[in-house]
Amino acid sequence: MNSVQEVFRIKAHRESAEIILFLVALSSLLFLIGIIVVLFVEGLPTFREVSLSQFLFGRRWYPTSEPPRLGILPLILGSLWVTIGALIFAIPLGLFSAIFLAELCPKKLREILKPVIEMLAGIPSVVYGFFGMVILSPLLKDLFSLPTGLTAFTASIILGIMAIPSIVSTAEDAISSVPKSYREASFSIGATHWETIRKVVIPASYSGLGAAVILGAGRIIGETMTVLMIAGGAAIIPTSFFQPVRTMTATIAAEMGEAPVGSLHYHSLFAIAIVLFLITFLLNILVDRLAQKYHTRVR
Amino acid sequence: MDIRLKTKYLSQKIWFFIFFLSIATICFALGFIIYFLVVRGYKVINWEFLTALPSRGMTEGGILPAIVGTLYLIIGSIVVSLPLGVFSAVYLEEYAKPSPTVTLLRLAIHCLAGVPSVVFGLFGLGIFVKLFGFGVSLLSGSLTLGIMALPIVITSVEEALKTVPLSFREASLALGATKWVTIRRVVLPAALPGILTGLILSVGRVAGETAPILFTAAAFYARGLPRSIFDRVLALPYHIYGLMTEGTRPEKQVPIAYGTALVLLIMVLLVNFLAIYLRRRSRSARKW
Repeated sequence: MNSVQEVFRIKAHRESAEIILFLVALSSLLFLIGIIVVLFVEGLPTFREVSLSQFLFGRRWYPTSEPPRLGILPLILGSLWVTIGALIFAIPLGLFSAIFLAELCPKKLREILKPVIEMLAGIPSVVYGFFGMVILSPLLKDLFSLPTGLTAFTASIILGIMAIPSIVSTAEDAISSVPKSYREASFSIGATHWETIRKVVIPASYSGLGAAVILGAGRIIGETMTVLMIAGGAAIIPTSFFQPVRTMTATIAAEMGEAPVGSLHYHSLFAIAIVLFLITFLLNILVDRLAQKYHTRVR
Repeated sequence: MDIRLKTKYLSQKIWFFIFFLSIATICFALGFIIYFLVVRGYKVINWEFLTALPSRGMTEGGILPAIVGTLYLIIGSIVVSLPLGVFSAVYLEEYAKPSPTVTLLRLAIHCLAGVPSVVFGLFGLGIFVKLFGFGVSLLSGSLTLGIMALPIVITSVEEALKTVPLSFREASLALGATKWVTIRRVVLPAALPGILTGLILSVGRVAGETAPILFTAAAFYARGLPRSIFDRVLALPYHIYGLMTEGTRPEKQVPIAYGTALVLLIMVLLVNFLAIYLRRRSRSARKW
């Protein structure tokens, strides 16, 4: 084989490798599209029977009654309540901890604390749910003398703990990415460390901190097993935090096993998943945008 | 010191203390959870608990099928996510030039990572269980979990590839190796610790997931170990859920659930520790 042929052979080889790798890389996109297609193909038949506004704003979820009532407003509100409740715990704890880790923590302590946070992220959601069921809910039941310990409040506490790791690591990343020169400039005009954090570092990392909070919210809305086990499961419009609620995720998980394949109930669970997917999808894109913003600024 | 300066420093002290308290609270919460699970769970765990089949409608006996089922699901998901993840990451890091397609790909990976686990379950149900006709089985569950783990694998392999210095690639190319040979013989071996870390992280995630296998693989009652990839399997996380919500003898099932939760927790935390350790070691050992 002469050298020209050899060069062509190598070139062809190189290109085929690239093409194969590209096709494999497309798989993620393919799966995402697959998810969207499955959800819509299985979910859209719901709207032959109920209108979109009846579905989204209907106040009753009785999928097995005759005729079925398929209003998911209580489920949307259930998800919203536990998410807001969890964020009330998780935002201050997460952001404050991130500030501590990024600004105040000695290096040695950091080496210990970061794995601890990662461990918190590693605990499976079903274990959190189990813990909430057997330890936390009896505790809260006695503490507030409630009829049941399985409430939106209980779920919020556990979900808050679960959201903390992603909030902390994203927020810490954002704070650490603020250039040192910003801090030095602030110190040099006589600001204290706290003034520097409050007036320079935090404003400079707003977009990253926003991304952290939204990421946490996305985690909580999509969380299934924990809320299934400890939020109580009542599909009613919540009026208090100390009341059982039922989220969109828990409804899908609890009822899919019983819904006959192809029935209206079955399709309506996929329709709930469409709503859920769209919410998390939008949150993700928002996180992406915010993260890009602070990454480009650093450069 | 004048009074304004004093209040300034006082408020700094108070705020810094609040920051410290926050992270202390988080550590306390973690300690609290682990403490309770260990204290109530360790009594249940013994050799028989780990190696026996459940008996009397899940109120006695061990959890062997759940352990085995979880291991099978882990292996199955790795078979799916490792090749797809490594090749995708190699393409994105080594070949891809900035283009709209690549931007779209990265966005897709990012979005896939944020899809709620229960939605993955529905996807698995729609595609693998129904459309492909695999039924509720180990195969369907592994495919679903593998796809769920894919973004984790891709992201960590990309990180690993980024740490391999450009000079390695240049040296290999200068010797006349093609790009693909360079990747296979030089870049991937150098990135191996990072790839392993990503793989282990995904194992930790897969082992604990329940929602994706609810409708694709999991069973609560089973006679024995799964015999083929088309069998339903028990899995540790689903077993905990089943023990707490099904059956009629909670006084006997809750202790088993404690034991199962502790086994799962130990497994997942060990896996996570291994990942952290490997990452740290590969960082400190890297002298290039």
